[in-house]
Amino acid sequence: MGRIFKYVMLDILKNKFVIAYMVMMSLVAWSAFTLEDNSAKGMLTLLNLILLTVPLVSVLFSAIYIYNSSEFIELLVSHPIKRSKIWLSLYWGLCGSLVTAFIIGAGIPLLLFAEFTISLLMLVVGILITVIFVSLALLSTIIYRDKAKGIGLTILIWIYFALLFDGLLLFLMFQFADYPIEKPMVLMTALSPLDLSRILLLLQLDSTAIMGYTGAIFRNFFGNTVGMSISFTLLILWSTIPFLVSLKKFKKKDL
Amino acid sequence: MKCFFIVLLLFKGLSASGKVFHVGAQHPYKTIKSALAVTNEGDTVYIHKGLYKEGNIIVQKAITIIGIDRPILDGDKKYEVLSIKSSYVTIKGLRVQHSGYASLDDPGGIKVYEATKVTIIDNELFDNFFGIYIQFSTNCLIKNNSIIAFGKEEQTIGNGVHCWKSDSLQIIGNNINGCRDGVYFEFVNNSVIWRNIVTDNIRYGLHFMNSNNDSYFTNIFSRNGAGVAVMFSKKITMMNNTFNENWGDAAYGLLFKEISDCHLSGNHFNKNTAAIFMDGSNRTIVENNVFSNNGWGLKIQANCMDNIIQKNNFIKNTFDVSTNGTLLLNIFSQNYWDKYSGYDLNKDKIGDVPYRPLSLYSVIVESNPTAMILFRSFFVSLLDQSEKKIPSLTPENFIDNKPLMSALRL
Repeated sequence: MGRIFKYVMLDILKNKFVIAYMVMMSLVAWSAFTLEDNSAKGMLTLLNLILLTVPLVSVLFSAIYIYNSSEFIELLVSHPIKRSKIWLSLYWGLCGSLVTAFIIGAGIPLLLFAEFTISLLMLVVGILITVIFVSLALLSTIIYRDKAKGIGLTILIWIYFALLFDGLLLFLMFQFADYPIEKPMVLMTALSPLDLSRILLLLQLDSTAIMGYTGAIFRNFFGNTVGMSISFTLLILWSTIPFLVSLKKFKKKDL
Repeated sequence: MKCFFIVLLLFKGLSASGKVFHVGAQHPYKTIKSALAVTNEGDTVYIHKGLYKEGNIIVQKAITIIGIDRPILDGDKKYEVLSIKSSYVTIKGLRVQHSGYASLDDPGGIKVYEATKVTIIDNELFDNFFGIYIQFSTNCLIKNNSIIAFGKEEQTIGNGVHCWKSDSLQIIGNNINGCRDGVYFEFVNNSVIWRNIVTDNIRYGLHFMNSNNDSYFTNIFSRNGAGVAVMFSKKITMMNNTFNENWGDAAYGLLFKEISDCHLSGNHFNKNTAAIFMDGSNRTIVENNVFSNNGWGLKIQANCMDNIIQKNNFIKNTFDVSTNGTLLLNIFSQNYWDKYSGYDLNKDKIGDVPYRPLSLYSVIVESNPTAMILFRSFFVSLLDQSEKKIPSLTPENFIDNKPLMSALRL
């Protein structure tokens, strides 16, 4: 497993796209912190980056990479290596390289300019989002053999979590406006890793007071250690379950 | 001859200041009460350094009480410390502490009953139920006092300076900290509040109820439950005050409730949850104020009418303005909005494109507060952008037709 992982990782890190991604991240992050006059604004810019760009790049790049290396996978399968090892090393390779790019791109300015605990939290959330969307990409490449369909599905996944899910939440809020829906809404956010991460980070960015009653409920839930550990557990589940499903399918798949 | 008369009058004035009494361990009078018993109108009592636990001390003659090296008058958590029941009394340089607590007769550190021209200068009021309490009094001066209390909840602590049914008061240069309301006005008219520093009070920094024709200038209100609440009052002038960090779930910099004909000018609002909350306020002019780093700049309810909001700076607020209805009967004009992205072709420093300060998301949040969980999501910024280009849901007349291109120097 080690050798395949190393090969995949180096292969991806040499990829021009990942280098461009890293450079773009660091450009945005550095300019966010140096151009804005206070670091809170820079944090918000970075928050948008983590919630939009990171998932898009992770999900698209991973899907394309898996489709492009289908011949390589077939070659590996013909060797006496366990299928789970192959899939696992692909997963780790993708995660490792994209996370490295994220840490170098966004992590360094974050740790330099922002308050340590918040920047650390942001870094961890960014890493988790990368891993979650890599595993979602692996799942969609397993579901569709056809490249066009698979990549279409990954884009759909991104649009759903970045945009449609929030629209759905808003729709539900207006449908059930007469009921006390704050607590069910806390549960609903668990269904989208991006919403979960956004709220988790916003609660640390000192803007909870303007979130009023809803903010107070969220702070009561997410603000303490139990809530924090629950939400991190949820994020970790989001990053492992799609991958485990894809692993199970990959083991039995007729390539 | 004229000169002689003036000199004679001067001497008469001096002789009217009366006798002098000294109270203290090494002085003729050991207790304040014993000294007060022998005073006449116009006398002066000097209280020397020491701790005086004499229960309720009542001042019933027009005398001057001056503390030397800040003597301590202690109410033992049972009594009202100093009751002033005469006009023309001056209290200076005392430390009044530990007044009793009672919800029926509201004991205070210093309480003034039906008097005129009472002067309370340079005292320290420490851990009292009410700090200075003034009722049915006129022309009193409360100056340079420091009032500190340690209130935990609204029911168990009184106000710093509490004024009830009074007229022509001056409250100047006091430091008020940790009370329920810093300064409380009920049925108080023609009064002025100037240069006070009011911080960390549980409810409001300054609270007007049914008080008319008052002014407050150059005060600082920081970290109170709400900076200032003006309720059921008319013709209040508010100028050059600073409202800082009144930050919390139900905190406001300035709260207007059923007021009319007020004037708000030259104030700075920084880091408040909502800088101004206007509910049922009419004919009020809001001009030359700076709103910066607030959650909401101006929350203006639909029951407000004929207010003029002009020449203010709105900088770095999360929401500049919000409202709860579709009707707007107020005028926005010549404000500077940092979110304005229009242009100025004729270079008259006024943007050529009208600005709509109300974002769609603020309208949504007002009607459905739960929507706040979508705060700073991509979906919301997309909604706001599309609404900016094609306004359809926000009120049509919520508009600044002459937005300024650059911030006013305020």
